[in-house]
Amino acid sequence: MTGRKQADLARSVGISASYLNLIEHNRRRIGGKLLSNIARELGVEPSALSEGAEAALLNALREAAADHEGAAEDLPRLEEFVGRFPGWARLLAETRQRATGLEHAVDVLSDRMTHDPFLSASLHEVISTVTAIRSTATILAETRDIDPEWRDRFHRNMAEESARLAESAEALVRYLDEASSAEFAASTPQEELDGWLRQSGYHVAELERALPTDPEKIVGRAESLRSAAARSLALSYLQRYRKDAEHMPLAAFQEEAQKGGFDPAALAMRFGVDLGAVFRRLATLPADRIGGEIGLVSCDASGTLTFRKPVDGFPLPRYSAACSLWPLYQALSRPMAPVRRLVEMGGRSPRLFLTYSVCQSLQPAGFDGPQVLEAAMLILPQDMVDAAEARAPLEIGTSCRICPRAACAARREPSIMAEAF
Amino acid sequence: MEKRVLLVEDEPNIIEAIRFILSRDGWSVETHVDGATAVEKVLAAPPDVLVLDVMLPGRSGFEILRDLRANPETAELPVLMLTAKGQERDREQAERYGVSCFMKKPFANSEVLETVNALQAGALGRV
Repeated sequence: MTGRKQADLARSVGISASYLNLIEHNRRRIGGKLLSNIARELGVEPSALSEGAEAALLNALREAAADHEGAAEDLPRLEEFVGRFPGWARLLAETRQRATGLEHAVDVLSDRMTHDPFLSASLHEVISTVTAIRSTATILAETRDIDPEWRDRFHRNMAEESARLAESAEALVRYLDEASSAEFAASTPQEELDGWLRQSGYHVAELERALPTDPEKIVGRAESLRSAAARSLALSYLQRYRKDAEHMPLAAFQEEAQKGGFDPAALAMRFGVDLGAVFRRLATLPADRIGGEIGLVSCDASGTLTFRKPVDGFPLPRYSAACSLWPLYQALSRPMAPVRRLVEMGGRSPRLFLTYSVCQSLQPAGFDGPQVLEAAMLILPQDMVDAAEARAPLEIGTSCRICPRAACAARREPSIMAEAF
Repeated sequence: MEKRVLLVEDEPNIIEAIRFILSRDGWSVETHVDGATAVEKVLAAPPDVLVLDVMLPGRSGFEILRDLRANPETAELPVLMLTAKGQERDREQAERYGVSCFMKKPFANSEVLETVNALQAGALGRV
């Protein structure tokens, strides 16, 4: 607190200077009227006093405490702890985060060891060839009076099986090499892709030019995409990006989008493309050119998130499943029926977003092949659009475990936040 | 009377080796590659001993074993199962389905020969 004496401020809001001091050092919780009085005296928004970088830290520690009996008891004094020992608190939160990440990596690893079809198939191949070689070699070594014709035949078999063994062993080594160098580190290929897209701001300028760079070249240059699986995901993403860019050239699309308040239906009509393509294209518009970030999430028919571009105030779950109340899932349950919904993301200071969702069907294996569903939800911060809505906003969260809505009807597991709010 | 063994296995060079070992010991060896038709093959002319691989094209050795045990004609047929997956789970499953003997690949020739002979002599019952 600068430029003003604590004692003056305390007096003007009717509390003692020492009480204000406790508040300031997070040893007393503050809320309601007192908070707004102090804010008014200081000439700032109340939210500026109650949140900040600490909010994320508090959330991380609450999550950590939920799994720990002793810490859960101390939960009421969490804010005091963070206020008094910010360094220790950060260390604790980061250590916990790291542990969670490592646990996840171990899960991925053990899952791979037991269920990886490639590993299982190639080990089977190796053992089969070794069996044939061992058996044949024993016959050749131990049968003294072997018929020359049989002997030649067994020699041929040995040569054949040895060649096969060399090949499968080599493939196995190559696979394990690649796996240990890259794929295990970044947990999943999807996360590798997310990280890479985040770095680039979800906008690929090289694909916006009249003569775009070959997507394969872009992927080849991307050092953070290390696993083959992530590179393949990135390539599909960029190829689709390029197609969308051809149908919806940047300058014209941006102009129309801003003119129409980012209405995907109008843009789909104007450019003659489907809604899903407009969603994807809107999410690639650079934030500095349209005055804000547009978020996008996609999922497949299992509900697994296949694309995630977060926006400020709308956190996306990293490992766990998302909030089942997201309009994304409403759209998924009714393919081709568009859903426009104003939502309120729960949290310390709930924020409003206008969402557009639609679920489309793809037929990658032809008309008689399986129907592959892809649902997408576009997330527009309320301040970017004129979101006048008669209905009350739909109350949603990120994921049950860190969602403050204690009374939610769709809750799948108890929240660790409920009592904190 | 001639001793008859039926070998259900899809690796040609393993078939050849086993056939050689057992033939030299006086066994008449028949072979079958396809898992899907293996049960019919056994029922058409039940052998003295069946050597059955687990990973077969068409149908797994476990399913074949289960069908054979469900049929009164083959419920007591001595069956030696071969598997490249040495996992305990596989052994347990084979035993649950009533296998007579279970052997992991890569096996020793002498081991196969001894086991097949013991099965025929009735020295090894159902486990």
